[in-house]
Amino acid sequence: MDYTLTEEQEQLVNLVEEFVAGEVNPYIEKHGHEDFPWPLFRKLGLLGLAAIPFPTEYGGGGLDYSTYAVVLEEFSRLGTRLGSVLAVHGLPQLIINQFGTPEQQKKYLPPLSRADLLGAFALTEPHAGSDAQAISTRAELHDDRYILRGQKIWITHGGEADVYIVMAVTDKSKGARGISSFIVEKNMQGLSFGRRERPMGLAHHTREVFFEDCEVPRENLIGQEGDGFRVAMTALDSGRITVAATSIGLAQCAFDHALKYSVERKAFGQSIGDFQGIQFMLADMIAAIEAARCVTRKAAYLRDRGMPFNVIASIAKLLATDAAMKVTTDAVQIYGGYGTSEDYPVQALFREAKIGQIVEGTNQIQRMIIARELLKKLRS
Amino acid sequence: MKICVCLKQVPKKDSILRIAQDQKWIDERDISYEMSEADAYALEEALRQKEAHGGEVIVISMGPERTRQSIKEALAKGADRAIHLDDPIFEQATDAAGIGRAIAAALKDEGCDLIMTGLQSDDHGFGQVGLIIAERLGMSSATIVMEVQIETGSVRVKRELESGWFQWVRVPTPAVLTIQSGINQLRYATLKGIMSAKKKELREVKAADLNLTADDLKPLQSIERAYVPEKSKQTEFIEGKPAEIAARLVEKLRFDARVF
Repeated sequence: MDYTLTEEQEQLVNLVEEFVAGEVNPYIEKHGHEDFPWPLFRKLGLLGLAAIPFPTEYGGGGLDYSTYAVVLEEFSRLGTRLGSVLAVHGLPQLIINQFGTPEQQKKYLPPLSRADLLGAFALTEPHAGSDAQAISTRAELHDDRYILRGQKIWITHGGEADVYIVMAVTDKSKGARGISSFIVEKNMQGLSFGRRERPMGLAHHTREVFFEDCEVPRENLIGQEGDGFRVAMTALDSGRITVAATSIGLAQCAFDHALKYSVERKAFGQSIGDFQGIQFMLADMIAAIEAARCVTRKAAYLRDRGMPFNVIASIAKLLATDAAMKVTTDAVQIYGGYGTSEDYPVQALFREAKIGQIVEGTNQIQRMIIARELLKKLRS
Repeated sequence: MKICVCLKQVPKKDSILRIAQDQKWIDERDISYEMSEADAYALEEALRQKEAHGGEVIVISMGPERTRQSIKEALAKGADRAIHLDDPIFEQATDAAGIGRAIAAALKDEGCDLIMTGLQSDDHGFGQVGLIIAERLGMSSATIVMEVQIETGSVRVKRELESGWFQWVRVPTPAVLTIQSGINQLRYATLKGIMSAKKKELREVKAADLNLTADDLKPLQSIERAYVPEKSKQTEFIEGKPAEIAARLVEKLRFDARVF
């Protein structure tokens, strides 16, 4: 396993750096984080960055997950949210690519790759978060269409996205095996969106999503009835690598700010970075980042080679998001009172970090997955 | 239309520069590099001319292994092939004369219609390499170019003069143009471009291939000492009525400190 970047990865990192400096930062300075950054998203498509690890046949980049993770990390390291946008947009692409019919792939993957369409993933419900199989959105087959009834919550890109992968129960008696997944388009009858949710952090464009007798063509079922839970869990395994990558970038961003500030800020006649108390914090921060980065790269490496990666992806997600929380907390501490001010960057990173410990399976769920898988091996 | 673009790789703009121990240049350890800004504009102009008139864009750069990164970037943006002058002997060429001589030797048989360079590099800033190449290859030249119009057998260019003045000149091709930054809007490489760059020709050229020896490239000028400008602190009190003080302060800030 090589820890240096490949030539293409270096070039992609440079491209991200140039794009952020030339387009993203000026755009955010002018428009802020309130609205979904459509012009930036479209440009990601033009640059070929909206489908990095997906097949070239449908307009994807055809690159590996390791490279994808490097790019996502870089977007976050530079203080943007585009890494998270790409990660969320990647979930429907991953699902359709892995489980979709050729017709579904042909129809949805090219426009998702070009960023002509934005994707979203709708699993969580008001009463079903970590306990994902407790979802109650129902899908009933009537002739050539499914009728969906129910409600989703905390759906990133909700109301903005054009294509949603929706998990719904087709057979309640079968528990997790009675859940199916569907491709739902924004304009399908019976689909509507609630108010914009306001999670803390930079700008999360999340909304509630309502299905009121929402009519979905039968051909939009992914795989077979009952495959939905497996589809969702498979997607989340990969998604955890992307959450880890963006969290590491976020942590590195906070660390870079804190390191610089520790040299600039003077107290008692010297830079605060000259005090051992600050030095120990800086050392622990970068140690946490480096460790999480190594594990995340390993998870991507195993995935790229078709080896089992779900446990290591959970470890990566757990370590990286905990590292981001710790590093951003300490970064605020190093900035002192200024760290809490909106005039300085670290408070936003601190607020942004928290959600990482919750999404894509809370870190408690990650621990359950890790332990359960290890015990399962021992017992089998 | 065959256009060759000369690229130089220079320390990134946000690099923290430290003077090397021998005080002749900067300490190059821990520095990231990028394409010199004016060269990036030259590349963009060449790509646009190719898109408008057809032909080929070749990039050429001299420098160690790391230079490949900038060459690859140029290929990813759309250049068709590249020449990399990579040989320890080329490291002798630390002045414009040596660099110009080596590049001219490498391009002698290419038969370029146009050679474009940035008007000066972001590190040494000699501003001479383009002209030396033109002289050595017997080509016409125009410097500080702001606009390029290709004609049959010639090229019409807008040159930037001092104090906001411009000049249109027509030079016969083949010609060397040194391009001013800001002449166009730079493009980004794309993922597709990055991947296709892997398949493009990147020819490595050694000094021996050009019949050049270390002696041929011996610098005609040398750097005596590199140093960070020494700072001095002087405090001047401006006295008078508030309005007079303000007017004087504005004058000082504008003409002495040049902050606006």
